[in-house]
Parts: sequence; C-alpha cells; structure tokens
Amino acid sequence: MSDRPASEPPAPAGASRVDSSHLADGDWHRLHPATPLLRGGVALVAIAGVVVVNLRDTVIDALVGGGDRADRDSDPIRWLLGSPYLPLALLGVLVVLLLLVGGYYLSWRMRSFRVGDELVEVRSGVLSRNHRRGRLDRVQGVSIQRPLLARLFGAARLEIDVAGQDANVRLDYLSTAAADALRRDILLLASGARALELKATGQRRHDAPHRHGPPELRTVGNRRSGPGAEGAGDRGSVSAGSFVDARVSEFLAPELDPALAAPESVVAIHLGRLIGSIVLSGPMFWILLVTIAPPIVFRDAPVVALASVVPGVLGVGSFLVRRFTRSLRYTIAATPDGIRIGFGLLSTSNETLPPGRIHAIEVSQPLLWRPFGWWRVRIDRASSSRTNGAAGQANTTILPVGDRDDVRRVLALVFPEASVEAIDAGLTRGGPFVGSPPRARVLRWFSRRRNGYALAADLVLLRTGAVLRALVVVPLARVQGVSVHQDPLERMLRLASARVHTVAGPVVPRVGALDARDAEALLEAVASGAIAAASVDRAHRWRIDAGAAPLVEDRASEASPRLETPPSADDDARH
Amino acid sequence: MTARLDVAPGDWLRVSARYVVVDAVGWAVSGAVAVGVSFLPWLAFHWGWAWPLPIVVGVVALVVVGLTPRRVRAIGYRLRDDDLLVRRGLAWQRFLAVPYGRMQLVDVTRGPLARALGLAELRFVTAAASSTIVVPGLPVAEAERLRDELVALAESRRAGL
Repeated sequence: MSDRPASEPPAPAGASRVDSSHLADGDWHRLHPATPLLRGGVALVAIAGVVVVNLRDTVIDALVGGGDRADRDSDPIRWLLGSPYLPLALLGVLVVLLLLVGGYYLSWRMRSFRVGDELVEVRSGVLSRNHRRGRLDRVQGVSIQRPLLARLFGAARLEIDVAGQDANVRLDYLSTAAADALRRDILLLASGARALELKATGQRRHDAPHRHGPPELRTVGNRRSGPGAEGAGDRGSVSAGSFVDARVSEFLAPELDPALAAPESVVAIHLGRLIGSIVLSGPMFWILLVTIAPPIVFRDAPVVALASVVPGVLGVGSFLVRRFTRSLRYTIAATPDGIRIGFGLLSTSNETLPPGRIHAIEVSQPLLWRPFGWWRVRIDRASSSRTNGAAGQANTTILPVGDRDDVRRVLALVFPEASVEAIDAGLTRGGPFVGSPPRARVLRWFSRRRNGYALAADLVLLRTGAVLRALVVVPLARVQGVSVHQDPLERMLRLASARVHTVAGPVVPRVGALDARDAEALLEAVASGAIAAASVDRAHRWRIDAGAAPLVEDRASEASPRLETPPSADDDARH
Repeated sequence: MTARLDVAPGDWLRVSARYVVVDAVGWAVSGAVAVGVSFLPWLAFHWGWAWPLPIVVGVVALVVVGLTPRRVRAIGYRLRDDDLLVRRGLAWQRFLAVPYGRMQLVDVTRGPLARALGLAELRFVTAAASSTIVVPGLPVAEAERLRDELVALAESRRAGL
C-alpha cells in the first residue's frame, strides 16, 4: 500500500464530530483519544510504579526533612538537587515527556479507520504505514472487549474477525456507545442490507434511541465518542458530574442488555457450577499436584519445600481468580445478527457470531464432570484471534460449563433446525445413530454402543466415547470434505473410520470403528448432502434470507425485544 | 461382502505409470537415509543389541519400494457431478471427497525428477488444511487441463466458506 500522507484524504469536517451512529458512513474516522494511554496503559502504570517506589524515600525525606542517611551522596536525586545541572536535568525530563506526548498524539492522529459498504479498513503507523482491509461479507464475528482500564474511560475495543490466521481488524479504542453502534452497522452491512438502507436506519435510530439501552448513557456516549476530533464547545457541554454518572451507570449495567435478546434464549452459568467446574478441571489437577508434591518430596528441607510451593500457590491463585472473574456474568443469547456470547466481571467482553459462522460444534464431558452431568461446548470457526474467550480459554469455547438443558439450548441457538431427540441421543445413547457392529468391541471396549453417526436436517452428528463422552455436530453447508480410512487392523475386522473435514480448530469431527459399508454410506451421504446444503446456503448474507423477508419487517422485528428467536420458542415448548 | 473399502465402484482415472519411477526413487532415498540413521545406535552409541536395526529398516524400505507399482496403481481420482473423489493407499486406504465449490485454489507443482519425466502434481486446496487433495504423477498437459477444468467447475458451483 503506498500511503504517502499527501495522498490520503484529510479527515473530513464531518469526521471531526464523530457521532456514534455515523461511523459506518464510508468516511475516515479516528479512534478514541485515550487510545495511546489505554494501549500503553499497563506499561505506563508499571513505569510510574517503579518511579514512585524508587523516589519514595527521597520524597518523604524531602517533605519531612528528616533522615540523615549514609547513602545520601550516592542518591542521584539528592545529588542533582544540589548541583548546577538541575535546570538541564529538568529540561531533559521535559523534552522526554514532550516527545512521549507528541509520539502518542502522532500515533493517534495517524490511525484512522473507515467502514464502507463492502470493506472495513484501518490505517496506522507514523513512520511505516500499515493499511489493512477486511471484506465485510467475510466477517466471521464481531467482538467488543472492554478491559478494566478502558472501562473506566468508557472505551471499548472492537475486533472484526475475518477468515484467516490472525487476519482480524482491530479498532482499539472506541467509546462504548460508538463501538456498540458500529458493530450493529457492520453486522447490518455484512448481512446484505445495503448502504441506502443503512442511511434509512440511521434516521430511524435517532427516532428510537431506546434500542441502544438507557438514553442518558447514549447521549453521553455520543458526545464522548471520538472527542479528540470533536469541537471544544461540544466537549465543554459534558460536565464532569454527568461523565462520572455515565461511567458508574455503565459499570453497574448488566453485561447483557436485556433489550438485546429474548430472556428465554439466554443461557447463563450458575455461580456454584462455575466454581465446581473450575475446581474439577484438568489444569486444576496439575496445579494441585505441583502444590502438594514438593512438601512431600522435600519433607526434610522445609525451606526448599516452601520455595517450591509458593510459586505453585501463586499460580493457583492467579489461575483461579482469572478463570473465575473471566467467566462471571457469562451469557450466551440469540440476537437477530447471530449468537452473542458475553462474559466478564471487571474486564468484559462480548462477541457476536453471525449465522453460518460456526463450522463444527463439539459437546464434550471431562471425566470429573460426569457425576454432575456437566458439559462443555466448543466450536470450530474460520477466524482465529489472539483474544481469549471466557475463562481465559480460547474463544472457541462458547459454553465453559452447563448441564444437559443448557447444552440443548445452546445447540438450539446454533442449529435451530436440529432435532432434540437426535441431540439428546447424542449425549446419551440409542437414537437414530448408525452404530458400530458387535465385532468393533475389539477396538471400542466400552464405547461400542455409543460410537456412531447420524444425519439429520442438514447436520451430521458424530457420537464418540463412553468414558470421555463427546458429540460433534457439523452443519452440512460448512463441510469442506469427507473421507473414509481403513488400516490393516480395521480391514481384518471389516471396519473403517470416517472424518468430516472442517476449518482448523479444536473440534476434529471423526468417528472410528464403523462397519466398512456404513462408512462408505457416510461418505456418500455427507458428500451429496454437503453439495445440496451449500447450494441453498444463504447464511453469509443472513438478512436477505433468500430475498423473502422485506427489510421493513426485519427492522421492526429487531426493534422489539422478542426478535426472531425460533430456538427460544422451541425451547419453551420443550420444557 | 469384502473387507476392503470400495467407495463408488467403477472406473477410476489412474495416474501415469511413469510416476512409479518418481515414487520409487523418493522412497529409495528416504529408505537409504533411514538405514543410515539406524546405524547410529550401534556404531555411535555402542548399543550392542541395536545391530539388527539397520537390517530391519532396510527390509522395510525394500518392501515399501517394491510395492511402489501397486501403490501407484492404487491412486485414483474421479470427477463426479459435484465433487472430486480421490483414493490412495494399499494397506492404509483413504478415500476423500471434496465438493468443487469448496475450492480455494488449485496448484500444479513439478519436482525436478517429475519434470524430467514430464509429470506434474495437482493440489486442490480447501479452507480445511486436512482436506487438501493431492493427485501426483499426472502428465503435464493433463494436469493443466484438469486444473482449468476444476477452476471452471468451482466457479460454476461457488460457495462461501
């Protein structure tokens, strides 16, 4: 990208008054002016801490006037105070500060983004310029993260997941209201609604501010958004009091805006189950081992034992606190633009996965969770992000822990067309699954009766494991390929294994020890089913929906809290 | 009822018989390297019991090289109405079907030996790394024709991710 500053259009006057609802108007906009502070926030705090700790004694001495200490002469500050170089040193500090501020200002100034009808673009960099573009119809998800420090400033980080390894477009930071509005606009654009309609909804948005949560919050959010670019008069109108009020109300607001999703469609995690799932998790076992083993091994050397236990205990502490606070207030809910997953107590994060972006889903049960009937749900997705999901796990875990009821509801959110019986059978046994023949007992000692596959309503379900139970569901429209394999041992037993290929991820859909003929049938069925499903698949432009639903109705349904949530309706009927 | 897998019985397109040379040379070279490495425990580390290791590795390598003609005959591919189906392997059999619409790109690559014999390798890449189809040992003209045909087929059956 040749990005000589001269060739770049200057941020137009319109951009200088960034209104949260107009960020997706195809013009270049700048980010929240606190961005450099927030991006370098941790480093700044750390440096300030080091400086304060080092100067503490000197400052206290200077203030109190006491302290005739031996190391006095070796203290550079003291030495400086009495030396003729003091003005020079102060000048040096000033220059460094000015350079820092200037550098931050420049880096903020040179970062801009644009959301058009087809693309989202970010330009950044002072010396070496970087220009990143993402196609909106390839958006795999949009997440908004709000680290604690950013939350205090009312800022949020917007990340647009695009298919590919770390190909995401990050906008950090925006004001919270602007981030929410921009996500809505991006999803609207990605869904196939055109710019014309966006303009119309922009109009509509001013008429109906209630759609964005508490109105007072929104007003402040609007004025706050992109203040760096905004006029001085505009900023002056926000009093310090209302700013604090807005921050407090935002901080105390529920993680999931109740107006955003129908309550029946929301799956949350109970506190007790969350604690239990963490205590009974695999990493916890290793941490316990590391903590308990040293005192036993080094029984005769308490110092060594202590020295080896302390890091372990610290590890346990930070691990537990982190997992715990990250998973608190966890919700997964259906919104018109896909599934929304939100979590976090202090640092919050929420992500919207548009329809058709989930390539495979796995419901699995660690051994220790079995007595409690808890399950975990993970997915394969085409984008990968460095950002962690709930519980510090990869953002491919969409339900860290839940009972069978929760799993049913999550699966109903992801695949509204899935049959309940098939999923229930997938978690236990029986059902419409094509299983392994009795001779497969040699290869599947315990799980022969569970092992199997089923095809239902544009989905292929693979059920494996009796000790470590798992169910993998792959939508046929997302299948990249299907294969069957046979090794010499399987040939002796007239068995074969099969694999459904999806994009890379934690979920690997495969099933072994099938009858050879069944495996062949699976390949044929999945291959032809995948072609049929892909030919009618319109998920990447989900709002167009085969051109049937008129947009006006669509908008109306979005305005009401009871949006298009067939899964939740199903859910009511079920329970 | 046969124990072997046989998806879609019928006529498979076979790769060129000249590919036997390429494959055999490739396996012979790796076999020689493996035999050389298997001398290490005996000669370098002086583990007396390890002396039969090179013999075992050598015999395995000879068998693998000797089976090359059959292994190459086992490679087959078919352009069905909506998907590309390939088969590989003798003892470890594998059938893979990939819908044309899933194509992300098609590669034609030629190694030095294959080029000398006028052969090329065709790779049909999808969004899933594991479902990449590799058809080796195609005559160059045939590989290029197949590539163009696959691109045209994928274009007419385009799908998203």
